[in-house]
Amino acid sequence: MTMTTDNLDQNVIEYVTVLIGEQLFGLPISRVQDVFMPDRLTRVPLSAPEIAGVLNLRGRIVTAVDMRCRLGLPKRDDGRPAMAVGIEFKGESYGLLIDSVGEVMKLSDNTREPNPVNLDQRLARVSGGVHRLEGQLMVILDVDRVLDMGHEAMAA
Amino acid sequence: MDDLLREFLTETNESLDTVDVELVRFEQDPNNAKILDNIFRLVHTIKGTCGFLGLPRLEALAHAAETLMGKFRDGLPVTGEAVTIILSTIDRIKEILDELERKEEEPTGADRDLIEELERMVTENGISSKTAAPAAAPEAPVVVATPARAVRIGEVSEDELERAFRETVCEVEVPAPAPVQSEAAKAADAAINAKAEALSAKAKADVEAGPSAASKARANAKAAAERSSSDEDRVDLKVANQSIRVNVDTLEQLMTMVSELVLTRNQLLEIVRRHEDSEFKAPLQRLSSVTAELQEGVMKTRMQPIGNAWQKLPRVVRDLATELDKDIELEMHGADTELDRQVLDLIKDPLTHMVRNSADHGLETTAERRLAGKPEKGTIRLSAYHQGGHIIIEIADDGRGLNTDRIKAKAVSSGIVSEAEIEKMSEAKIHKFIFAPGFSTAAKVTSVSGRGVGMDVVRTNIDQIGGTIDLKSAVGEGSSFIIKIPLTLAIVSALIVEAAGDRFAIPQLAVVELVRARSNSEHRIERIKDTPVLRLRNKLLPLIHLKTLLQIDAGAEIDPENGFIVVTQVGNQTFGIVVDGVFHTEEIVVKPMATKLRHIAMFSGNTILGDGSVIMIIDPNGIAQGVGTTAVHQDAASEAHHHDEQKMSLLVFRAGSAQPKAVPLSLVTRLEEIDGKKIELSNGRHLVQYRGQLMPLVRVDDEVKIRSEGAQPLLVFSDAGRSMALVVDEIIDIVEERLEIQVVSDRPGVLGSAVIKGQATEVIDVGHFLPLAFEDWFRRKEAQIAKTRTVLLVDDSPFFRNMLTPVLKAAGYQVTAVGSGQEALAMMKAGETFDVILTDIEMPEMNGFEFAQALRADPRTSDMAVIALSSMVSPEAIERGREVGFHDYVAKFDRPGLIAALKEQTSDMNQAA
Repeated sequence: MTMTTDNLDQNVIEYVTVLIGEQLFGLPISRVQDVFMPDRLTRVPLSAPEIAGVLNLRGRIVTAVDMRCRLGLPKRDDGRPAMAVGIEFKGESYGLLIDSVGEVMKLSDNTREPNPVNLDQRLARVSGGVHRLEGQLMVILDVDRVLDMGHEAMAA
Repeated sequence: MDDLLREFLTETNESLDTVDVELVRFEQDPNNAKILDNIFRLVHTIKGTCGFLGLPRLEALAHAAETLMGKFRDGLPVTGEAVTIILSTIDRIKEILDELERKEEEPTGADRDLIEELERMVTENGISSKTAAPAAAPEAPVVVATPARAVRIGEVSEDELERAFRETVCEVEVPAPAPVQSEAAKAADAAINAKAEALSAKAKADVEAGPSAASKARANAKAAAERSSSDEDRVDLKVANQSIRVNVDTLEQLMTMVSELVLTRNQLLEIVRRHEDSEFKAPLQRLSSVTAELQEGVMKTRMQPIGNAWQKLPRVVRDLATELDKDIELEMHGADTELDRQVLDLIKDPLTHMVRNSADHGLETTAERRLAGKPEKGTIRLSAYHQGGHIIIEIADDGRGLNTDRIKAKAVSSGIVSEAEIEKMSEAKIHKFIFAPGFSTAAKVTSVSGRGVGMDVVRTNIDQIGGTIDLKSAVGEGSSFIIKIPLTLAIVSALIVEAAGDRFAIPQLAVVELVRARSNSEHRIERIKDTPVLRLRNKLLPLIHLKTLLQIDAGAEIDPENGFIVVTQVGNQTFGIVVDGVFHTEEIVVKPMATKLRHIAMFSGNTILGDGSVIMIIDPNGIAQGVGTTAVHQDAASEAHHHDEQKMSLLVFRAGSAQPKAVPLSLVTRLEEIDGKKIELSNGRHLVQYRGQLMPLVRVDDEVKIRSEGAQPLLVFSDAGRSMALVVDEIIDIVEERLEIQVVSDRPGVLGSAVIKGQATEVIDVGHFLPLAFEDWFRRKEAQIAKTRTVLLVDDSPFFRNMLTPVLKAAGYQVTAVGSGQEALAMMKAGETFDVILTDIEMPEMNGFEFAQALRADPRTSDMAVIALSSMVSPEAIERGREVGFHDYVAKFDRPGLIAALKEQTSDMNQAA
């Protein structure tokens, strides 16, 4: 990897990169429980549009969140199966549905930049900053804000 | 929080609950040294720990209480006053503990008031005790604790104890023991109990009765108590070794893991079933049975004796008894009956509420009881026992019983049921109205009738955990409430159904029956415009399509006539859920939904099925609310009045002409469809046999043809046991509309025309047709009124004036109708008088409340009976109405209620005159 890696370990955060739409996102690895292929998703009638459904992951009931919908991106139509990133939030299990999983990256917090002011509102709401990688930008997903859709959903 | 502090809080709270119970027992049995010792020890421990933890406020309080109790031990007589002050000290300690738990530090403040009171009690009573002590002493009880539990003699192998048993072969009473934390503790407690009491009995037997005997017996008893308390310390050690405190979360997690294990086992079994003679078969069998046992074992850890929920009750009853000045005894049976923790938490409050109710409303005052020839002490009996997978809890009192007449009157006037229907009902059925929603909130019931406060809330709570509540009552003998609740909520039996390709679970408890509807069968889905209904055993069952309700039909056509109907009952509401398919029943493990989904009222949770897929569990309560708004139901119609001030439910139909006609739905008793062949012609009138009576048929319009074959739709009106039916061509719809008569008609039977759903619609005057069926329809009522009364009707809407005037006239009143409050006041100023004024609430310029206030302000009219007439019948409105001086509050269109209210007001005048 050609990243500039600081020697200061405490400032380095490891990210799991994922693709949603065309955009690269990074999730702090400390928050990621596992990555899995969602199987037999049960839809939940009357739920918020971003709730894709519930599924059984090794005996736990996981609530799947459609990240494309959450970020206001169009539905996927290439027919390829989605992947899911398992997250624990306030004692409950969630699975964020994404297009594909990339790699694990160590990035220094020093190179993190704040959100550009003109960033799309739906993205800015869940973004914890941006990292400039070679050839592309990685938006940091703030997991807590992704799942904090209570009042937004109400308003919608 | 500090571990030590947390431990202290848990333990102290438990101790205090015990002290509450013990103190009440102690008050009844002041010479029981064992109880006193128990209390003393608990308070002493609290005091000691507080000193250790540096909680001076608590320590001071506990110390003062301990000092007073120390005096009791020295022979100070126990007075109710003293117990009250100790109880309030304990309440204060609890308050401080609550605060301590929240803020993790002792709140500031002083308790001088209580402490002084306690100290005063110590010094004052110390003097009087000298005279009182000898009198109290000889009553040392000769009761031996329940041997059933003390049988575990092995645990306390003392010769003395055995001898004590041998010596006291007297009759064995079974006192209700105070609920204790665990089985082991209970056994130990009982053993000690037995010992202490046996000893004191012996002590009494040893000495001959005489002046000096009393003090000696007391001394012996005290010595015995001391000895047994040192024994107790030893037994306590044993108890500590036998039970450990486990965090509830740990248990919950264990339960979840076991549930998952069960599911995994089910999956394995499924796989092995597909492969004959697999070598896994035998070990899997073993795994299967071990899993089952494990599940049972873990379930057991969640179980707690119901006595835990009863712990506070003796105190509650004692306080109420003091407050109400009644003599009440609370009996508790089956306190060790175990049930799931979660269920226990949920029934705690309803139980307390019901016991309060029994003490407050159920039992008469001491004077009343004496008059009725009953023992002065009223009894409330609580009992619990198992019955086939359920727990039955009974709350019985020997009080006055429910007042059937009052419930009847209230049920009719609040529009829950018609007078005709209630006449046919059994007493038991009438009593059940006290559970009807809103029944108790009405102003009148709380002040007049017996119990009923919040019974609907109790019922809702019990419904929520899938339980049922029933009651029996006999006038003068008392009432008893019987609650039936499931043992556990974690595992329920559910019916798996399919709708729009998805599976759902419906809890079996709510399901009454399954009906397969097919187009050519007896059970066929019919519709009143868009509302699907099913005729089931002469009742019209509102239906709701699950896919429509859940909005998952995805535009697909709903088969209008076929489907499976799950007949569901929630409270007193019955409805059918239409699904595409029904699979089987399965025991499911209920798992809570994610917080993101909890707002969906239609679901109560989700679960993993044996095949590993997740499905949603339907909440019948949520569905019932969804149905409520569309149900073709009198309840629904009257409820609509609550929710909507302006709109009313109208039944739209066609009769005679193409133009639609309408009638307020609340006036219609039932909608029927009869076979044309059953219509008979007799004496020039059309009749049909209906519910064992001949019901005359009246045509809305001469153009209407009464069918001689095929289905004939009818609108049935019933009153006081008689029914008549209007013959119509077709029932079109039920709509919620604001009714405004725009063109007033002079044709008999038609009030006028209004726009309903964008179409000009004739509004029918029902009052015109009723006498056509029975000439004396209204006159029967007339006969009951001795003298013609005058009524002033104030309503801004010409429609209501037109509709009510004939109704009131027919009931024998002389009616004057005016369009505003000002007009009415002007008439009265001019010297006109009326017996009763009926006024609308929502009127422009001067509303009903203002009008009533104006009447009150004028001395000439201040005594006049005023009845409010409104579609806005909310408890707040009723309250406000009472404040401004309305004598009664009647819902618009509640004709029986109105007539009843008028009758009541005019008869009041008769009495006054």
